[in-house]
Amino acid sequence: MRGWGNTLKLVVLLLVVWQLMAWFVGDVALRTPLQTVVFTAKLVATPVFWGHFAETAQAFGMALLLAVAIGLSLGFLLGLNRFASEVLEPLLVAVYSIPKITLYPILLLSFGLGIASKVAFGTIHGVIPITLFTLGAVRAVRPVFIKTGRVMGLGTGHMIATILLPAAMPEIFTGLRVGFSLTLIGTLLGEMFASQRGLGFLLMNAIGLHNVDLIMALTFLLVLFAGSASSLLLYLNRRLYERA
Amino acid sequence: MTMRATTAMPSVATAARAQVQVSLRAVDKEFNRTGRGGEAIHALGPIDLELRQGEFFAVVGPSGCGKSTLLELVAGLSTATRGEVAFEGRPIKGRIPDGVGVVFQEDASFPWLSVRDNIAFGLRRMKIDPRERERRIDSALAMMGLTAFAQSYPAQLSGGMRQRVCIARTLVTEPRLILLDEPFGALDQQTRLLMGDEVLNLWRKTGATVFLITHALDEAAMLADRIGVMSARPGRLIDIIETGWSRDRDSRIVQEEAFGAITARLWRSLRSESLKSIGKPEAGP
Repeated sequence: MRGWGNTLKLVVLLLVVWQLMAWFVGDVALRTPLQTVVFTAKLVATPVFWGHFAETAQAFGMALLLAVAIGLSLGFLLGLNRFASEVLEPLLVAVYSIPKITLYPILLLSFGLGIASKVAFGTIHGVIPITLFTLGAVRAVRPVFIKTGRVMGLGTGHMIATILLPAAMPEIFTGLRVGFSLTLIGTLLGEMFASQRGLGFLLMNAIGLHNVDLIMALTFLLVLFAGSASSLLLYLNRRLYERA
Repeated sequence: MTMRATTAMPSVATAARAQVQVSLRAVDKEFNRTGRGGEAIHALGPIDLELRQGEFFAVVGPSGCGKSTLLELVAGLSTATRGEVAFEGRPIKGRIPDGVGVVFQEDASFPWLSVRDNIAFGLRRMKIDPRERERRIDSALAMMGLTAFAQSYPAQLSGGMRQRVCIARTLVTEPRLILLDEPFGALDQQTRLLMGDEVLNLWRKTGATVFLITHALDEAAMLADRIGVMSARPGRLIDIIETGWSRDRDSRIVQEEAFGAITARLWRSLRSESLKSIGKPEAGP
């Protein structure tokens, strides 16, 4: 209950700061919280918005699916193979620190304009943290758990499904949480450049037309979505750690 | 008459062979040091040992002498560099034999499963009737005093109770050989004495052979029928002591004179080896 009280305080504080900023900066750049909510309500009533929303949701969903699937498999593969992980981990960390936007021209040329390049851009943002967290989690599984599995005669598949995965789950989940946010960033960034549809495109368009109402409404919606999704994931993550 | 006489011959021979459950012949274990030009470390051996069906055998030795390595060889978790380890007449070659259960020193209860599911985990590879399965789980819960905690998670239990969960998880498989690798090493002295009673109890009830690795001389003296004393690395058996306890013993034998005598003899055999293991060889008598 205490946690909820603090969250509420934070939300109220943010709203107050937002309101003050809106007064201070003026309507060239900002709208007040009330104006934003009113405009957002109007925006979500239009079918045009839902068309863009569906495009983004589809791209994000596919990117997340790919990032999770590739990240988990690669993480397990490397986590179980000491040599491969010693060779590839530094490379992954190096790639992780490259600003991905510099790779966007290459992705665009490889995948073309359209959903494929957005998905690819979202995926490369999310896949590395998921891989690194999974790799670390698998390597940190206590050897006595693995010995117990071996004594029970479990094969590799059973060992992964019934011992490694659940034992590594809390940390893997942390990776998924980070991967989720980064994939979302990647997908939206992908839409902001060289795209004709999606929320990212809508936002870029609004910036071009200096449509402050639309900028505010879209940002508000994205913050709402990302905020509630990561709170939910964080909550699930804490529950996983409590048991471990 | 003649029929009976001829068939009796092989069965006597089989019975004599069944007496020995585990045999180690000239077993050596070496570990490769990682890195270039590293010499192999001779961890263990040569060891010759036979475990008899149904006996309680304990191994004591200075730290780092290869006690746990010995257990891993018998469990099939590790392969001997030379020599042969056999269980019920068949050689173990890095393959985990059926009918062997292991309880480790570290807490190996799975934190993501309830006590009941932890115990049921031992049976997951075995194809047995669901009713028989439930019966075994219930009886293991009862034997280890965990019935009231079946739905709890390991994080809610004490260290001693978690170790009992691990013992119960091994028991449900009805092993013919139970390997215990310092299972009470992390517990306090009083809990250890009481857990010792429980191990004696389940040893009597199951009729399994128990092979216990321990660093505690009193634990070995109280629990075992025979105690193997190991030298400092490379570990060899330098003495085997018969305790002569009756099968229905319990922790109260620690008050008996013979107990003191056994512990004293163990320490006599071990003292110089323990000194070697900490790098202080005995200087004269």
